[in-house]
Amino acid sequence: MTQGGGFVTLASATVRSERHGPPGSPQDRRFRPVNRSAGTWFLVLPALIPILVLSVGPLLYGIALAFTDAQSGRTRSTQWVGGLNFQDLLHDTLFWDSFRIGLVWAFGVTVPQFVLALGLALLLNQNLRLRWLARALAIIPWAMPEVVVGLMWRLVYNPDAGILNETIRDLGLGDGRDWLTGLATALPAVIVVGIWSGMPQTTVALLAGLQNTPHELHEAAALDGAGAWRRFRTVTWPVLRPVALSITALNFIWNFNSFALVYVLTNGGPGGRTRLPMLFAYEEAFHYGQFGYAAAMGCVMVAVISVILAVYLAGRLRGGGDR
Amino acid sequence: MSMRTGRAARAGQYAALLGYLVFLAFPFLWLVSTAFKPARELGSLHPTWIPENPTLDNFRTAFDEQPLLQAAANSLIAALCAAFIAVLVATPMAYVMARRRSRLSTVATGWVVISQAFPLVLLIIPLFLILKNLHLINTLWGLIMVYVVWALPFALWMLVGYVRAVPAELEEAASVDGAGRLRTLVSVTAPLLAPGIVATALFAFITAWNELFFALVLLKTPEKQTLPVVLTHFIGAEGAADLGPLAAAAFLATLPSLVIFAVIQRRITGGMLAGAVKS
Repeated sequence: MTQGGGFVTLASATVRSERHGPPGSPQDRRFRPVNRSAGTWFLVLPALIPILVLSVGPLLYGIALAFTDAQSGRTRSTQWVGGLNFQDLLHDTLFWDSFRIGLVWAFGVTVPQFVLALGLALLLNQNLRLRWLARALAIIPWAMPEVVVGLMWRLVYNPDAGILNETIRDLGLGDGRDWLTGLATALPAVIVVGIWSGMPQTTVALLAGLQNTPHELHEAAALDGAGAWRRFRTVTWPVLRPVALSITALNFIWNFNSFALVYVLTNGGPGGRTRLPMLFAYEEAFHYGQFGYAAAMGCVMVAVISVILAVYLAGRLRGGGDR
Repeated sequence: MSMRTGRAARAGQYAALLGYLVFLAFPFLWLVSTAFKPARELGSLHPTWIPENPTLDNFRTAFDEQPLLQAAANSLIAALCAAFIAVLVATPMAYVMARRRSRLSTVATGWVVISQAFPLVLLIIPLFLILKNLHLINTLWGLIMVYVVWALPFALWMLVGYVRAVPAELEEAASVDGAGRLRTLVSVTAPLLAPGIVATALFAFITAWNELFFALVLLKTPEKQTLPVVLTHFIGAEGAADLGPLAAAAFLATLPSLVIFAVIQRRITGGMLAGAVKS
């Protein structure tokens, strides 16, 4: 779980806007157990204070740091340097390499994962016999610490004692490879692990969206002679679309920001071929002590992510208008 | 769709399902298998799925090589405290957010979404500096503080959902019957909310138990480190000899979250489904 229970968030997020009448509507004039009083603040402050002090505050501080030359363990005081970090970053080919790798990784994981998960969700929505087993097994990647997922796949990919190469040898397809340390194979190999570890979450979220499809509509369409593909396109997809859009956007962002999995699998190697932006920023900050510079990297990452979020929000609004 | 599904289509569906099951299960089975294999079998060029001479040696070696018990204790303390505190402070706020539409709810909702998108490096550098000034680097308390705030967005969101699932009419009825506000909360709302609170706490627990990044940055000495950080030490030396203990330790570290998740998984997905259906 890279970042919390995002999919729980997601499912309620899709629902949220429709559940409540607008202010002033009959639904709104119900019994109000909470009113605008000191008591309300008493309820809110225990959560609000830590959020402001340890989350919102540090985030703003972090953005501010990007405009300073802050370093760890230095005696001279920190100076404002304006956009200097960003200028340096612009010419830092290693950073842009990692940024490109981050995009390849995020696309490489998100897109196949979505396609596979959609197929699976459709499958699990049918009356199949082994459905329960699929759901039970889905817990494994979902609940496993990312560190363990990484270690586990190191065992699978191990050149000598790994099951992958052994299978390849058994099938007579050659001697197998050194997957995680090969220049060409390292990134695809970690992408497969990324797909594996996030698939159950995506599947379950899509399945939840599928249960949303009105069954009568399906039957009506079938009676009208619509084939499976047409039924999917005209009945299922319109309902599923908002959920699908949220999931892919959030998955993309999480993957782009991910750290633990690749840290354990390759630690960015070989030769930086799997060095995701977060790994790069982590090294820069906590190996070389370049806090200001690493913060600037974080800002650039946020900027790109904001663009993606904006596109996703626009798409979602448009999707809402269609219905 | 079932009405016109042919036999070939059915077979295809089962083949796909089987492929999925294999893909899901095989790395985990390999982990378990490796954990119970003696060193000699691990060194063999033709590894087998089932250990020929299963052994617990790897577990013993793992505990000898790394301070796993200490690490597990640290993880347990950090995750328990974080989950408890997060739920304690989130529940009242979630109640307000669910029962009253206000600017606060809107802002909090926006924050939840945005907080999902931030690269953690932008958060950890300032937190590192702040905790350093408070002399909380390399302490579990510092980590717990970070975990609480990290768990808050989704804890809030889950709880808001659970509060909304408690019909306001019930509270209304209680108040019509003459129960005070506090009485209503304690005797009507709280019991109905309890399962949701437990599920949220367990979820927060797992997230903290599994977390690596913050722990890696904030904890320096081995006796303070949590399980995920200590597990990464097994990577250090390559070679077949270390695979067994690595697998054993990794297997043990997964068990708590697997068990907890198996318990609450239905609640989580159930909650999602309920929410989805209601829209």
